[in-house]
Amino acid sequence: MALLIPENPVGIIGYGAYIPRYRIPAAEIARVWHDEGGGVPVKEKAVPGPDEDTITMSIEAARNALQRAEIDPLLLRAVWIGSESHPYAVKPSGTVVAEAIGADTAISAADFEFACKAGTEALIAGMGMVGSKMAQYVLAIGMDTAQGKPGDVLEYTAAAGGAAFILGTADESLAVIEAAFSFVSDTPDFWRRQSEKYPEHSQRFTGEPAYFHHISNSVNAFLEESGTKPEDYQHVVFHQPNSKFPQKIAKDLGFSKEQISTGLLAPIIGNTYSGAALLGLSAVLDIAKPGDRILVASFGSGAGSDAFSLRVTERITARAKMAPTTQQYIQRRTEIDYAIYARYRDKYVLK
Amino acid sequence: METPRHWRLKKQRYALVGEECPHCKAKIFPPRDVCPECGLEAKTVYHFSGKGEVYSYTSLTDAPAGFQASAPYAIALVKLEEGPIVTAQLTDIGNEPVKIGMPVEMVTRKLRDDGDERGMIIYGYKFRPVLS
Ligand SMILES: [Zn+2]
Repeated sequence: MALLIPENPVGIIGYGAYIPRYRIPAAEIARVWHDEGGGVPVKEKAVPGPDEDTITMSIEAARNALQRAEIDPLLLRAVWIGSESHPYAVKPSGTVVAEAIGADTAISAADFEFACKAGTEALIAGMGMVGSKMAQYVLAIGMDTAQGKPGDVLEYTAAAGGAAFILGTADESLAVIEAAFSFVSDTPDFWRRQSEKYPEHSQRFTGEPAYFHHISNSVNAFLEESGTKPEDYQHVVFHQPNSKFPQKIAKDLGFSKEQISTGLLAPIIGNTYSGAALLGLSAVLDIAKPGDRILVASFGSGAGSDAFSLRVTERITARAKMAPTTQQYIQRRTEIDYAIYARYRDKYVLK
Repeated sequence: METPRHWRLKKQRYALVGEECPHCKAKIFPPRDVCPECGLEAKTVYHFSGKGEVYSYTSLTDAPAGFQASAPYAIALVKLEEGPIVTAQLTDIGNEPVKIGMPVEMVTRKLRDDGDERGMIIYGYKFRPVLS
């Protein structure tokens, strides 16, 4: 199948990260629940403060993206947020974010959902909107405050964070998006019913048939159709539900440790779900050089993977410095214990 | 339920949108359409940078209804770099002690739920230590 390539070339003109301040070490979760001595999937994870949610975190990432893009927010024609933790079941996150950043009322504002790939889904839809000249600029965000059931293995990794991207024409871009490819299939690896607080997952579907199958299909098809090889990319970012999966898929597909190192944040912030691949991309853009090529492959349960490649332009040098970097957010770190974590994440029953 | 009032105030509360006096250039927050400096009409919309410093503060352990989730917390008078002083909650203090003169920046956060978990979520500005 052919790649997704807009008629008019599109790129990223501004981007912004957000990671909340609090961290709970996986060892602390193991202490409370099930310390079987078998090792933990990440070192620690980022936890939102009690006054944070997908909306507030999206607002900060979007403000960072606007600072780098240096555009009037009134020129945005869409504000799209991909998340599986929208604060309301009914009432869009996008309208609050649009209002807070000073966007116009004549915009499309929508919330995207596709488990962990809702953010790249919004980004690819934005490519179409700008690439067809329906919009001058589009804001696409991937952001989550993921919840794991207390005692469940996902509690080690379910973290909070994400990134925002402003798309515009390729001539204005700090990184041109060359092409994209999406691969999806009906797979029962992970789900959450409408009124449930915590997700369910089926252990035997999580690895091979879900994550590895979908990412290898999207990336292999992308490489073949674009006529590129793993070594053509300076940086590669995979969805990262834990430390191990992205390292294994990189090896399986022929990418080196060096290629994935900058964008591999899960070991120190956990799995930020819709934010994960996009935060990895923002960490790469923070240090990228003009001419660098970047390959990104997200994964969302249910299931699917979006792969896309970027070519960094000379604009990156000035723009990377115009807002806080991903590493600045990672370094702003306050450790909390399980009791505070339980309070911040609403795990105590008060009535 | 105060949904209509929250809706009217959202612009100034989400993002420190105030006014600038066209006569003496004073920056005004909250917006009141009359310049407190020269008394003339002032309706030009002005977006504050959100940067400022702690002018004074107090800590609250016994929070009013709707705000218990974030207690204990500090309420500060923040002197904005453009001049006006605003009252707001401090957030993301971590383990840093709050100090007079501490540089802070505006962030938009959840202020409280209107009523209970079935009500609207009210968002608005708070200040946090500047990201170094
Ligand atoms: Zn005046």
